[in-house]
Amino acid sequence: MSETNKSARLLRLGLRRLLFLVCLALCGALVSATLVRFAPGNGLTERELDPRFRPDSLEALRQQQALHQGLPSYYFHYLSALAHGDLGESESLKRPVLDLLRQRFPVTSNSVIRGLAVAWLAAALLATLGLALRGWFFETSATAFNSLLLSLPSAVVAMLAVHLRTPVFCAIAVAVFPRLYSYIRNLLLRAYDQPHVLAARARGLSTATIFLRHVLPLAAPPLLALLGVSFAISFGAAIPIEALCDSPGLGQLAWQAALSRDLPLIVNVTLIVSLVMLVANSLADFAGRAFATGNSQ
Amino acid sequence: MIPRVSIFLALALALICPAIVSAQSATQSGGELHFCLHGEPKTFNPLLVEDGQSEIVRYLTGGVLMRLNRQTQALEPALAVSWKISPDARTIKFHLRSGLHFSDGTPFTSEDVAYTVKALMDPQLHSPTGDSFRSGEGQVNIQTPSPDTITVTFPAPVAGLERLFDQVAILSAHSPKKEMAVLGPFYVADYNPGSYVLLRRNANYWKKDREGKSLPYLDSIRLDIQNNHDIEILRFRRGEIHLINAVDADLFDRLQKESPATAHDAGPSLDSEFVWFNQVPHAAFPDYKKVWFRSTEFRKAISLAINRADLSRIVYAGHARPAYGPISPANHFWFNAALPAPNYDSAAALRLLTQAGFRFDGTTLRDSLGNRVEFTVVTSTGNKPREQMVTMIQQDLSQIGIKVNLVTLDFPSLIERITRTFDYEACLLGFVNNDLDPNSQMNVWLSSAENHQWNPKQSKPATTWEAEIDRLMQSQASATTDKKRKADWDRVQQIAFEQQPFIYLINRDAMSAISPAVIGSAPSVLDPHAFWNADVLRLGPDPALGAQK
Amino acid sequence: MSLLQKIAAGILCAIFVAMVFAAFLVPAPYARQFRDIPNAGPSTAHPLGTDALGRDSLSRLLYGTRVSLLLSPAAALLSTLIAALLGSVAGLLGGWFERIILAVTDLSLALPWLFLLLVVRALLPLDVPPLVSVVIAFLMMGLLGWQASVRVIAAAVRGVRDSDFLLLARSSGCKPFRLLLRHVAPNLRPLFYTQFLISIPLFILTEANLSILGLGVMEPMPSWGNLMRGFEDFSLLAANPWRLAPIVLLVVVVMCFQLVLPSQEVTQ
Repeated sequence: MSETNKSARLLRLGLRRLLFLVCLALCGALVSATLVRFAPGNGLTERELDPRFRPDSLEALRQQQALHQGLPSYYFHYLSALAHGDLGESESLKRPVLDLLRQRFPVTSNSVIRGLAVAWLAAALLATLGLALRGWFFETSATAFNSLLLSLPSAVVAMLAVHLRTPVFCAIAVAVFPRLYSYIRNLLLRAYDQPHVLAARARGLSTATIFLRHVLPLAAPPLLALLGVSFAISFGAAIPIEALCDSPGLGQLAWQAALSRDLPLIVNVTLIVSLVMLVANSLADFAGRAFATGNSQ
Repeated sequence: MIPRVSIFLALALALICPAIVSAQSATQSGGELHFCLHGEPKTFNPLLVEDGQSEIVRYLTGGVLMRLNRQTQALEPALAVSWKISPDARTIKFHLRSGLHFSDGTPFTSEDVAYTVKALMDPQLHSPTGDSFRSGEGQVNIQTPSPDTITVTFPAPVAGLERLFDQVAILSAHSPKKEMAVLGPFYVADYNPGSYVLLRRNANYWKKDREGKSLPYLDSIRLDIQNNHDIEILRFRRGEIHLINAVDADLFDRLQKESPATAHDAGPSLDSEFVWFNQVPHAAFPDYKKVWFRSTEFRKAISLAINRADLSRIVYAGHARPAYGPISPANHFWFNAALPAPNYDSAAALRLLTQAGFRFDGTTLRDSLGNRVEFTVVTSTGNKPREQMVTMIQQDLSQIGIKVNLVTLDFPSLIERITRTFDYEACLLGFVNNDLDPNSQMNVWLSSAENHQWNPKQSKPATTWEAEIDRLMQSQASATTDKKRKADWDRVQQIAFEQQPFIYLINRDAMSAISPAVIGSAPSVLDPHAFWNADVLRLGPDPALGAQK
Repeated sequence: MSLLQKIAAGILCAIFVAMVFAAFLVPAPYARQFRDIPNAGPSTAHPLGTDALGRDSLSRLLYGTRVSLLLSPAAALLSTLIAALLGSVAGLLGGWFERIILAVTDLSLALPWLFLLLVVRALLPLDVPPLVSVVIAFLMMGLLGWQASVRVIAAAVRGVRDSDFLLLARSSGCKPFRLLLRHVAPNLRPLFYTQFLISIPLFILTEANLSILGLGVMEPMPSWGNLMRGFEDFSLLAANPWRLAPIVLLVVVVMCFQLVLPSQEVTQ
């Protein structure tokens, strides 16, 4: 009985949290709408410099574009259309935003997930290996490598990825890996120094047993939290990398939208990106906390 | 019994298979041409084309009544076998080819041309192509006496009328596929936004080669959407794409050193780069600067003090020519050959400035009121040649004591400053010109026009020379012979040289990269440089591309 | 301090000295164009060769170091101040307040801040001197780069919140602002200091990224990012390895910073 009660409470809490996040992401979208609206060059295209147009045609085209350019009216129209599942039409690409997002989102999420997988595998492997070996040389070279990756500007990494024709996810992995590595390494080190792990080691248990029985459970909640946070980080990293590598994902779309002052597009891209990042972060929070309480019981 | 049947089948298959294979290789002989678009095509409706990407698709898919040969600069019959313009330059009569079909099989008649012209001239359409035809108020009169003749009468004379039809892709009046039914060599088969546009061979294309084989040779063209020029050149080097229509000078230079066979410089193009001073009376900077910018001597001195030869040598690696004026020397007919060549002479510049009351003390230039001469040039972000040109102009002008600042702005902000707020002092931009006939620059030179950048939308001409240009513009637009029009334009070029409202810097060469695998290419000065003859291009064996597959 | 840290500190000091005395070390003014020798290789007159416009690469590198190394700390200071303020308020007040501040922090990471940089440049008056616009670019980075530190500081403040001395101060009727200034801030000073130092290399990297995108420091003023704009063509780099100097210097400086700093403890 108390179990069902508890899960119902958890569900309610989760729903409330989700609602909060959606509202927040909507606020973010509206903030970016305001930004675009007041940015210089709003509503102006290269057409203004095209001498083939006659003045009356230019004026008529401007009038068409000026619809809903007032902010409150834009907010209202946007929100009411959103309630009906209509995200509007991109001004620069002349296509429904929903279609664009549907095409671009999988590209981005695909490279983010693959990049994350590679980065996690590499980081976890290197960290555990470092612990198992506990050699000075290995530790130093791993740290140096890590620090080198941390010191490379991501734009240079992206250019390198372009040149070497490696897929975008490699660049994402390179951007995320160093942060994961040092974090995971510190976590494991700390877990190994816990008294009961030390005791287990003193008892002469095998390395694998110690790792699976004692270290992993201890490190699991923060690792789980890290998973969510790293998702948000890599999603954030993907945006500029995609823009630089010219990969047809959300990042490239956002960059084009910014350069062409495409209000409907930029608002919706912001909405999606912020929603994904907020949800990932708060899931991390949630998971870390739930695991911690579950463990303590 | 059963084994026998299977043996028979196997034999039959063995006999048929080579036939299948050879049939495939025969159809594949044309192959698929790959190259890049630098952005999303905004429309596939040929009448609404504004951007370069859509223009490429229109060029490759649209059937036009007559086509400007990009190499000879002469008009050639296409869907129209012949045409005749009335002496008053208002009426044009076409004789059409008969028995043609659109890509979807719909027959082509004069009705389609009438439909297209009507749609084009609809004032509600706001088509830039249509606007070029609109020289006066009133209705266009279209008559189709027979399925293969059509007469179009415009309300007023249209300058360079027949050339404008090079831009008008004929739509079908009846096809259920609307604008996707085309008469050009290719049709749009697939479009994946953000990724590619696939054009396939139009089997109903009218043109045949000398042996009577139907064109085009190519089976398809794949246009990959690729904004980044560096990635484009990388892919070209790897053999993943066959051509680059317009290559930046520094990349071209490198390409030329690596593989000279692929780099083609067709000579100076119609495109120009120029800098101009803001002469708008209510512009947002101090009045003493307005006095400088309105002074003819000041503008001429700046023009003299800029080392154009260095700009072309260093920024464009020698692949550009110092520009004379609004019309490029590449435009054989319209260029005024009597113009003096632009020269670099900072001593002469200083003399001119002293005449105009400026004082140079060896390091700084001051005007008669004692203000230091300093201005900011804006240009667009991310355009390396333009940034480099301003940086070089900085050093050139520092020698006559002028301080120049550089600010790069993203394009919309730049447009807002130069067309709305007029909050800028000088601006360096380029003009991409696809049209040989200078009438397309009418909206730049008329003082009342919006594109009269240095001082747009004047209610009456601010200077006598602008008034004279206005008069010449009206005169050339209503003239009925090209000879008279040329005389007017020669005078305009002369005034532009004397007054330097736009300080023309260079005409960029038409540089393209074409893989040796492409057979039949003939790079031209006019756009599209590398694939203007796409219907006769073929693909030969290419080791690099073969390795990719 | 380990040997490695000493070496790193030594390298940083050497670079710092070279940067300060750049004016005496450089072969030519950084904007001077030797137009007869564009893209030249190393020579005695130009130890690192010249760039596409014939400007001396060594001079540009040294002056670029000045821009990057002097202005990144300024940006770091600004961002740490913002993060300290937001983080302490969030940690001190807790509850919904904290949740909202942290959520807004997450949200601001998702906003199109690249766009904001575009906009700010376009909004500035055009006739500001190049130096001012460079400073403004770095200040903008500082204004936009505070998110990472907020969580760390909020967590630390949360830790201090229930400590005895704060309870005591609160019970004696101390106002929240005073509490923040007199009791919380002094206790967290080492943390603020670390956060400040950690963000310096981050801003060096940010500047490089932005300048490569064309949003950072304006020509002809050099900066590390600006000097890396020609890197799109790697085949050219392979033939002219001395052109890698800016990235080598940047990586060395950032790595040295990471070594010298107190090791980055587990955050969040």
